[in-house]
Amino acid sequence: MRLSRADLFGVVAGAALIAVLPFLISDYHQALFAQVAVFFIAILGLNILVGYSGQISIGHGAFMAIGGYTTAILSRDHHTNLVLTMVFAFAICFVFGLVVGLPALRLSGVYLALATFALAVSVPQIALKFDKFLGGSNGVQSAKTVSHTWLYGASWTTAAILFVLAWLILRGRLGRAFRAVRDSEVAATSSGIALPIYKTLAFGISAAFAGVAGSLFVMATNGFAQPNEFEVILSLQILVGAAVAGLGSLWGILAGAAFVGLLPTISKDVPVVGSAHGQDVVFGLLVVLVMLLMPQGFAGVLAALKRLRTRPDTS
Amino acid sequence: MGARLLSFAVRPVNALLITAAVFLLIGSLQSTIFAQQTVAGLAQGAVYGSLALALVLIYRATEVINFAQGELAMATTYVAYQLIQWGVSYWLAFFLTLVLAFAIGFVTQVLVIRPVMHKSVIAVVIVTVGLFVLIDGLVVWKWGGDIKFMPAPFGQQVYHWGGVAVARQDIGTILLTIATVIVLWALFQFTKIGLGMRAAALHPTPARLVGVRVDWMLAIGWGLAAVLGAVAGLMAEANQYILQPSLMQAILLYAFAAAVLGGLESPAGAVVGGVFLGIFLNLIGQYVHFITAQLRLPFAFAVLLVVLLVKPSGLFGHRRVRKV
Repeated sequence: MRLSRADLFGVVAGAALIAVLPFLISDYHQALFAQVAVFFIAILGLNILVGYSGQISIGHGAFMAIGGYTTAILSRDHHTNLVLTMVFAFAICFVFGLVVGLPALRLSGVYLALATFALAVSVPQIALKFDKFLGGSNGVQSAKTVSHTWLYGASWTTAAILFVLAWLILRGRLGRAFRAVRDSEVAATSSGIALPIYKTLAFGISAAFAGVAGSLFVMATNGFAQPNEFEVILSLQILVGAAVAGLGSLWGILAGAAFVGLLPTISKDVPVVGSAHGQDVVFGLLVVLVMLLMPQGFAGVLAALKRLRTRPDTS
Repeated sequence: MGARLLSFAVRPVNALLITAAVFLLIGSLQSTIFAQQTVAGLAQGAVYGSLALALVLIYRATEVINFAQGELAMATTYVAYQLIQWGVSYWLAFFLTLVLAFAIGFVTQVLVIRPVMHKSVIAVVIVTVGLFVLIDGLVVWKWGGDIKFMPAPFGQQVYHWGGVAVARQDIGTILLTIATVIVLWALFQFTKIGLGMRAAALHPTPARLVGVRVDWMLAIGWGLAAVLGAVAGLMAEANQYILQPSLMQAILLYAFAAAVLGGLESPAGAVVGGVFLGIFLNLIGQYVHFITAQLRLPFAFAVLLVVLLVKPSGLFGHRRVRKV
């Protein structure tokens, strides 16, 4: 995973665009684009797990919920600084991820998918059941709320830090081990990779990323952590985003995040579909179309373009 | 014969089933409430089982979980509702809906599943997630999100047998599900199409070599799954007395649990898993007060998780041995 000049150019251009954007758009749109950053982080985390270590999860909304509740509760009970709560969310979700990763060692493929799906279904219900501490359906409110501009800055800064972190993890020893596990467990074992360690570690890292995303997600909803924000559909959105971005590559994630973060809002403004549920029709239709036209996602398209450009040189 | 029976009972899964059946029988004889909850659970379990069976049919053919199965079932139930609104009688509407459901399932496979099927498993899963959102949106667009009512297919009557109150609706649901499963089983076992479908699902390449039109068999499989879903949807509507867009969402999750419990590749396992889950959850709801309505779903999944950890390929599944 060496960076080519084109990759570097892409990263710099993307970062510059994101840095300039808040000065050009309204307060409302800053909140909207902050939402894209939240999806960006969550998709990044999911991609580490699904794209690089080959384990599927349809339950990352659960880790987002845990991260989000961590932020809200710490802020409610201890008035902890919100940035600091993100660190806690990262750590707590890392541990939760390891714990979930352990039973996942025995499961694979569809069974793992459904077990993680079970997680996504269960976590919001647990918040409802233990309503003394977790606030029931009203949820938990943080002691402090933030402005949209602060949110935009914080979430994209976090996204950038985590992106670099993910890139560093994946290009090194750890990333090689993950990919070896993904490509063939047997081959990986026989080259001395301890499967249980790397598979649970991938779960932990991935969950930690999702936890930070959840933390920012709660800040974006006026500091409320509520069960209905973290329903199954959130996990599915992250998965759709990861697939649209393209698994096993970091270069499509921005497109995937924008797809799930912006599309529902954009399609609301299209006159023909304007009605309340027209946006669902548009979203569903586009998800199907994107998968039909580019099953490898945006990263696949980028890779194809790159091949197209370099082929004349090699021949 | 005796030895065969014995060896049947000795297999751990079957021993478990027999024990469970004996337990339910004794409990029902002891307590009328227990009996009532068992029958009601059986009817709910029949609905879970039908949808789980639909999931298993598709999983066996395409190795993919169809997330849209529940929404497809919900949409076909709305079709039946529309037919009844136009003045068609319930049972005529029922069978017309099954025919339409077959067509919808078939066309879905040909239009959107077939093109991505061989490219990537995750792409197919995402397509079904997309269909989930799309179908949900279409139904709300066309019929609105408010509650609708349909006539009760089996009437509102309640039978009393020795103090046990049993709704005619529950009996009807159970019998209808049994009939559907038998018809389906006969289709797979005794017809040429069924043989072709089994061949296409188990060994696609050799099947193609002996002249089975594998692609069409898979499409027919999706059609049949949609039919099963439609039966599940209509029965779920009859059990809940109301029709709304969220009709099948919880049921889909229970059906997932049921299918996995039975071991995804086993049709019998899916039905047994569904029935087991229906009865078990009803009894737990009755007797264990900690498990409130909110914990019903997490509890079902906790059970599922425990089963998976003990037996990673489900109760009836076979371990896959893979060559490297």
